[in-house]
This record gives sequence, C-alpha cells and structure tokens, in this order.
Amino acid sequence: MAVREPDQQIKESPGSVVSAQDTQMDITLDQLRQLVSPRALSGETMLMNMGPQHPSTHGVLRLLLELDGETVVSCVPDIGFLHTGIEKTAEIKTYTQGIVLTDRIDYLAPLICNLAYVGAVEKLADVDVPLRAQYIRVILAELTRMSSHLVWLGTHALDIGAMSMFLYSFREREMLLDIFEMVSGARMMTSYFRVGGLWRDIPDQFADAVRQVLKLLPQRLLEYEKILKENPIWRERTVGVGVISQADAIAWGMSGPSLRGSGVNYDVRKAMPYSSYDHFDFSVPLGTHGDVYDRYRCRMEEMTQSLKIIEQALNKLPDGPVITDNRKIAPPPKHEIAYSMESLIHHFKLWTEGFRVPVGEVYHAVESGKGEFGVFISSDGSPKPRRIHFRAPSFYNLQALPQMSKGALIADIVGIVGSIDIVLGEVDR
Amino acid sequence: MAPILEYTLKSIVLLLIGAGGFAYMTLVERKFIGRLQSRIGPNRVGPFGLLQPMADGLKLIVKESITPAQADKLIFFIAPAISVIPALIIFAVIPFGNSPWLNLAANINIGVLYVLAVFSISVYGAVLGGWSSNNKYASLGGLRASAQMISYELALGLSLVAVVLMAGSASLNQIVQYQHPGNILGWLIFRQPVAAVLFAITAMAELARSPFDLVEAEQELTAGFMTEYSGMKFALFYMSEYVKMIAMSALFTTFFLGGWSGPGAQDSWLLSLIYFGIKMLVCLLAIVWTRATLPRFRYDKLMAFGWKVLLPIGLANVMVTALLIVLRVPGYR
Repeated sequence: MAVREPDQQIKESPGSVVSAQDTQMDITLDQLRQLVSPRALSGETMLMNMGPQHPSTHGVLRLLLELDGETVVSCVPDIGFLHTGIEKTAEIKTYTQGIVLTDRIDYLAPLICNLAYVGAVEKLADVDVPLRAQYIRVILAELTRMSSHLVWLGTHALDIGAMSMFLYSFREREMLLDIFEMVSGARMMTSYFRVGGLWRDIPDQFADAVRQVLKLLPQRLLEYEKILKENPIWRERTVGVGVISQADAIAWGMSGPSLRGSGVNYDVRKAMPYSSYDHFDFSVPLGTHGDVYDRYRCRMEEMTQSLKIIEQALNKLPDGPVITDNRKIAPPPKHEIAYSMESLIHHFKLWTEGFRVPVGEVYHAVESGKGEFGVFISSDGSPKPRRIHFRAPSFYNLQALPQMSKGALIADIVGIVGSIDIVLGEVDR
Repeated sequence: MAPILEYTLKSIVLLLIGAGGFAYMTLVERKFIGRLQSRIGPNRVGPFGLLQPMADGLKLIVKESITPAQADKLIFFIAPAISVIPALIIFAVIPFGNSPWLNLAANINIGVLYVLAVFSISVYGAVLGGWSSNNKYASLGGLRASAQMISYELALGLSLVAVVLMAGSASLNQIVQYQHPGNILGWLIFRQPVAAVLFAITAMAELARSPFDLVEAEQELTAGFMTEYSGMKFALFYMSEYVKMIAMSALFTTFFLGGWSGPGAQDSWLLSLIYFGIKMLVCLLAIVWTRATLPRFRYDKLMAFGWKVLLPIGLANVMVTALLIVLRVPGYR
C-alpha cells in the first residue's frame, strides 16, 4: 500500500475511505494524513520519496520524508518491497527443507539464520547436538557475524562518504566467504547446519583458513580504526546523531548492537546461552549515548570479541561426531544402509516425508549480527510446521527510525539507516 | 591580423588540451583511486586501459539525451554549457611555461580577478541545472551548490588577496616571477602556508569534490543536480568537474608552488613546461587521494566551517600579511 501524495491524487473529503480496490485495506484518508504534518498538505514543507530505488536505502526500503529545507520533519518507512513469503513457504516444506529458506532471510548472515532455525527445531524435537558440532556452529556463527558486520561497516562508511572503506571491508569479507564455501559449498546460501548437527564435518584446511583470518583481521580492524575512529569528519557526522534513549530503545523492541549502543546490556549469547556459548569467555561492548557513533563503536568492538570467541572455540574444538546419532532425526551414514534394514527404513522415511516432531510450540532466539533473531514454530506433530514465524531484528530496529530521525538532516538519514544495519530480506521476509 | 590568428590558434590548442586532459584525468583518477582501494582500475580497453576514456566518450555520445517532460527546456539545455565554458576559459590566464607560446593572456594585470569571476559563473551551471530539472533531488543539489559556492568563494578570494599582497600584482605571470624561479624557498607555500591551506580547502569545496561533494552526494541525493541529466549533457557536467579540477591544480601550482619555475626553467621552455606538469599532477593526485580517504561533510557543518572557521582565518591572514609587508619584515618586502 503506497502513501499517496496529497497534492496530486486525493480528492475525497476528509474522513472518507480510500476505495477498497485501491488499497485492499481499511485505511482512512485521515490516517494517511496523520503520517505527515499539516504543513506538508499546504505545500509549506516538501514531501520526498527516498527509495525504493536509492543508493543508500540498503535494498528496497522506501522512506517518505517530509522536509523543511534540508531538515527532516518526519520520516515514514514503507516496507514490503522484498516480501518473499518465506514464513508461508516454510509451512509446505519439511523441517529439513526449511533450512534452505532460512538462508534467504538475512542473506548477509545465512549461517546465523540456519542456526536459529535448527536450534528451534532441536528444542522442539528435544535432540542433543554433539559438542563438536556445537563448537563448529559457534565458530561459523561468529565468522558470519563478522562478515555481516563487515558489510555493515563498508556500506555505512560509504553512505557517509568514506568510499574506500567499502572496498577494504569487502576484501576481508571475501576471506570469510571462502571459508563458508569451503565448509558448505556455497558462499552465501550455505544451509550447512542440520537438525541435530552439521551436514558434514569440516574439511582439513578449515582450521588453517580460520587461523589465517584470526591472524590477519586484527591488523585490518586496526587499519579501519585508523581511517574512521578519530576522523573529525566521521565524528562530526556520527556523534550526537540519531540518538535513542535506553527506555525508547527497549520500548521499540530494538535488539543487538543498535540496542547496546544505547547502553542496554542485552545479548542473547549471554542472556540465554545456546550452542554452548557459555563455554567461552567474551564481553559485550556497550555504548552510552545511543547515537550513530556508539552503535558504530559497538559493532567494531564486537568484531574483536568474535575473533576472541573463534580462537577459543578453535583451540578447544573436540573430536567426535558432528551430527546426532538419533536415527529418527539424522540420516544414517551410507555404509550402514548397506547392511542394516532399520537404517534403510530410516533413510527411506527421512527422505520421503521427513522427521516428525512432537505437538507444541517453541521459541528459540539467537544473537545475529543485527540483534535477537528468533524463530517461533508451532507444530501439529506432522513433518511440516503448522506455522512458523521469524522474529527479524531488522524489522524491530527499523521501527525506531522515525523517532531517531526527527529533526535530523537528509545526510543524517542515510547515516542513521546505516547505523541500525537493516537487511531488507529480513525486514520483509 | 597576426595577433588574432595567434590567439585563435592558441585558444583552440588550449581547448583541445582541456578536453583531452579531462578525458585522461578520469582515467588517472580511476587508476589511482583503484590502487588506493586495493583494486586494479580500468585495464580492459586498450593497453593499460588507455582507450577507456574514448570508450566512455563514445558511449555517452550515442546515449539518448533525455529531457524530463516538466523541465524548463531551455535552461535545462544550456546549464551544462554554462558549467563547462567557464571551466575551460580559466586556462587563458595560466602561464604554463617560460615562453610566450605557453601562455595565452597570463600577462593581463587582472588575472586573479578574472579567475575568481569566471569560477563564480561556473556555479550557475549546477544551480540552474538543478532547478530546471523539476526534480526534488536535483533542486536540493542546486540549492546546496549555491549555498556552498557563496560560502567558500569568500575564503577563496581572501586567500588570494594575501598572494596578491605578497606579489604586488594580480597578474599570474608576475606572481610566478615573484616566487624567485630556481629557489624553492621562494615558493609562496612556504611564506604563505595559511593562505595555501585555505586555498586548497576552498578550492576543493569550490570544485565540489569529496569531502565537499554535497552537491552531487550520491548516497543522499542520488546524483544531486545531475540526477536528470544523461548522454552528452551529463558528460559536459562531468567534463566541467574535471576541467575545473585541472584548472584549480594549475592555479595552486601557479600561486603557491612557483608555477613553472625550477632548475634551468629560465632558459628552457620545455623544462618549465615539464615542471609545471609535474607540480600540477601532484596537486591532482592529492585531490583524488583526499576523495579516497575522507567521509563527506554534512550540509550545516560545511556552512559553519566555511563561515566560522575559514573566513575568520582568511581575514586574519590578510591582516597579518599586510602588517608584515607594511613593517617591511624580511621576506615580506
């Protein structure tokens, strides 16, 4: 449903209902007018569309800006341009097939979405995951967080005009994508985690490749800090811009670095540890002012913490199986099928209809690069979920944009949108 | 007849050099910025990508040039020309070397004024282009252009006042002669460092180059005043930007880096031209380097910076320079 520009199309008297054919929704003209101030209707302020095709709306976000000169009077986000119906599609897929869909939710952090989804199914089916698999999941999730943050850093800096940063951070991200390709065969659409463990064990070169990252990235992060951290123009553009208080951030349901930038100590990895995150020693960086700069600092520090977690997990990585031996959930190994009738039946059942989980509802959340990524599954006992819902952090973080951008300038809008690190695939799902 | 013929020929050559310089400046920038960003830059068209500018030019010529239906057609059409012509005619007063053949009108005694005046005209291209497009992004870009140019023109002028005070002449040739050809300490950058920095910053703002590229801030205003332009009209705006970049570098060289002076330049026009070229290239690369490094200013901060920082500094610098000259401090006549 598009918000119309009042000066052109709207001819009905105030309070009348926009015809149902146009909108399919019962939205009154008055409600539409509430979106902008009365000054916009009289032409005193300018209404400007930013997006869905715009270089810095990070995909297909549309913002209806009401401008007084360059000052933003109000900002109305309009979403839905990237709606892919993932939640509905998941209802006709078995639980294993559903993993593939989760790659496409936050396409900049597919492994974390995989992790949240399989975690929820595991909780529902009450499956134990071998420790080795849990540690590998942690390593990959943290690598994913870093790759997600690197994209954020690059695009955020590009939005504010520091264009080289973009190319530097994408150069580093390439190393991480190579690792994802090494383990899963795909750079972005990984689908590497399975309910009960992993698709397969990591290849031999994996540890070396990760150690290479551990060696190289701290230097590179230091370089990034040199470019931006104390840069007077960068500070001018970010300090005190897009401020949101602790209380407001909580009230809007924000999470992740966007929430921690305001100083709220909430990290799902600490609050509700999953995949043995409690085995590792790391700290949660917090901001104080809740402005763009603090959110930037939080994410930069988080990358350092991620490196710390990866190093610990890699050093403590135990041997053993990478997927559960619960044959009702995980397929039997190929060699077993050759001589075990039971295995053959399991294999057949798993591949023809998938596994069944008990009736019930479950919510499982993980900390993605953007915030609390939650999966809600309602099961009716069949091999397919009755209803599935993804709590996408970008969606909730984006809600606070109008409040953060009040009184800002156009240039700040791109900075603020960048600082809450939205991924439209996740906002619209 | 002879002088007319001479000036015509010189002008044509200068225009061709300006246009060619623009084309290859785009390549130099893309190559250099590519290296700064750990990329290679264009290398597909011709050896080392040397034919890339031709390919780009050809592409822009054959592109359809769209005029928006609601645009003010006449102004929309002439805005690129208003932008590019002043950029090209600045070269008239720049002494490229130690030979009458290497400068067109560098001896005129109002050279500095001419430069300032011509640069001011150039901004009308951006303003009119933005306003006539009938596009909200473009008009915001045009507004920004006018505000930015007005604020920075003053500080630019003040930095040049100090130079003129020092040299005692507004002729660019005299200013070069004044900087003691052959002695590097004679360069005004050493005796007028404040004016040099001021000129460098304001010139960058005047060019609307990063970090002052608010006029065409891609991430904010899509393409600013150029949003609706396409084809050759777009290319002309682009050309004006790069030609102005070259002109500003040439002016910085002339005002602060001793122009064409250097060892042996008094006797050889070729050497003087080479010195001038090298100094100019250094300035150009510095502009590109800045673009690769710094984030963009915000509109209000940009205005505050211009009026509250640069303008007072410029005024103070003029006062101090004048005082030093009146007191006949050595080195300041």
